[in-house]
Amino acid sequence: MLIKRPADIRSSEITDQKLYVNRRQFIQAAGAIAGAATAVGVLTKGAAVLHAVQPAAHGAKLPNVKKGSPYSNTNGEVMNTWEQITTYNNYYEFGTDKDQPAELSRNFKTTPWTVSVEGECAKPGKYSVDDILKGETIEERIYRMRCVEAWSMVVPWAGIPLGNFIKRCGPTSKANFIKMYTLVNPKEMPGQRSDVLDWPYVEALRMDEAMHPLTLLAVGLYGEAMPNQDGAPIRLIVPWKYGFKGVKSIVKIEFVEKQPVNTWQRMAPREYGFYANVNPEVNHPRWSQASERRIGEFFMRKTLMFNGYAEQVASLYTGLDLKKNY
Amino acid sequence: MADRTRIIRFIIKPVVFLAGLGPAVYLTWAALTGHLSANPLSDVTNETGVWTLRFLVITLTITPLRRLMGWNDLIRFRRMMGLYAFFYGTLHFTTYVVLDRFAGLVDFPNGIVSWTTVRNLLKSIGGDIYQRPFITIGFSALVLMVPLAVTSTAGMIRRLGGRRWQALHRLVYVSGIGGVLHYWWLVKADVRRPLTYAAIVAVLLGFRVVYKRVASAVRQMAGGRLKPSAPGKMPPELKVED
Repeated sequence: MLIKRPADIRSSEITDQKLYVNRRQFIQAAGAIAGAATAVGVLTKGAAVLHAVQPAAHGAKLPNVKKGSPYSNTNGEVMNTWEQITTYNNYYEFGTDKDQPAELSRNFKTTPWTVSVEGECAKPGKYSVDDILKGETIEERIYRMRCVEAWSMVVPWAGIPLGNFIKRCGPTSKANFIKMYTLVNPKEMPGQRSDVLDWPYVEALRMDEAMHPLTLLAVGLYGEAMPNQDGAPIRLIVPWKYGFKGVKSIVKIEFVEKQPVNTWQRMAPREYGFYANVNPEVNHPRWSQASERRIGEFFMRKTLMFNGYAEQVASLYTGLDLKKNY
Repeated sequence: MADRTRIIRFIIKPVVFLAGLGPAVYLTWAALTGHLSANPLSDVTNETGVWTLRFLVITLTITPLRRLMGWNDLIRFRRMMGLYAFFYGTLHFTTYVVLDRFAGLVDFPNGIVSWTTVRNLLKSIGGDIYQRPFITIGFSALVLMVPLAVTSTAGMIRRLGGRRWQALHRLVYVSGIGGVLHYWWLVKADVRRPLTYAAIVAVLLGFRVVYKRVASAVRQMAGGRLKPSAPGKMPPELKVED
């Protein structure tokens, strides 16, 4: 009969007696510390919204802003204040809370800035913001801004029609869509350090939408240079579409042949379509789009078809099923 | 009465009670003095909702802490925490009814103060609960808390009997899960916060399952020397001194 001798247990594997005796306390203490840390983390998160954030400092005055544009018709609706427009923002590159863009974009550097023009066009290349504005008249455009989250504002933007710049780029006959990109720079854009969205943020327009005189390349608001939290130095404004179509801090404009997939569309295709036209009859799967709260008001308003710009833009979509192409 | 009990009852409990009111007081003050965001109505709705979840989590933490740490005095705060969860849940629902449904009626064909308004408001609330899953589940989670709040008194515990009372109050687990899902389904892209709550609730509920198994295994190993309390007898933690 073979009698096996049990293997020796190395002394290093033997638990120290002190540790063994105190094992319960050890586990309890570790548990308590972990529990407390988690609790504190969760209990303090979300409290951010409760300290009113400072509005943007006033920026440089833009030269010769032309007022009184016929496209500024907001039907006598009151403009939202500088404070409202610069403290309540959706700009996920700086964080997903409404006050985070104001708080976390203070050190964002917007000079020097270049926009790279690429794709199906005669004059690709790098353009500075000054290049883009060269020879153009900056216009004030007072537009309604309807967020997909069912709130809205009235904002006096300053900018140039996107169509003017497109013409200078000389798009080819293959340029059916224009695709715009936001900067990627996690160092200065803390929201990009987590992958809440698929960076870079991309939104595209059909060429006729982009050429429409209402579509604006905005460089400011209230006659002043664009505050960082609102998309400085240059951003897109398409007033008849939900706010998320307005790409901020644009670094690249690409002319493409095929219809691109936009950031939110890729994220949740059932909730966000390519067009994202404001439409009170097509609800977001999780909430109604029939009404909206104007920031600063108690009672909500009825949401208007194409955000009130139906007269100017409805003809762009004749024959298109807006329930399918939301 | 022991000194310890008196300190808890006359000093610590009132302090905790006032602390629980803190968020509501702070929110009211902040809303009235312009310390909220440019959309204060949405802040009030969100914050009362988040505080409901926080108090639910605190309520669910008490039993695990007692079992793990032996801090049995915590049981004296469980009812208060549960009632605060219900209090903030009710505030949350009220703000939703007033700031979202009522303010969102848009049309007041017979004036604001009229039966038409009441009827339209009820229709609007009902439609929302029926159509929108995140509202359905949030509303259910709150409704399930009503019987718990009603039977939270010492008299009701006696009347129901400890076992039955305890079984009924397990509904709070469903409310906890419902509350987390409600939050999760509402968020557009950034699910980190709802996910944190989901993880915490999962750990707290998971603990109960594991603890029950371990406890019964220990009992078996002890060869029946440790008997579970006789049926019908009130478990010791349900003895209420006031």
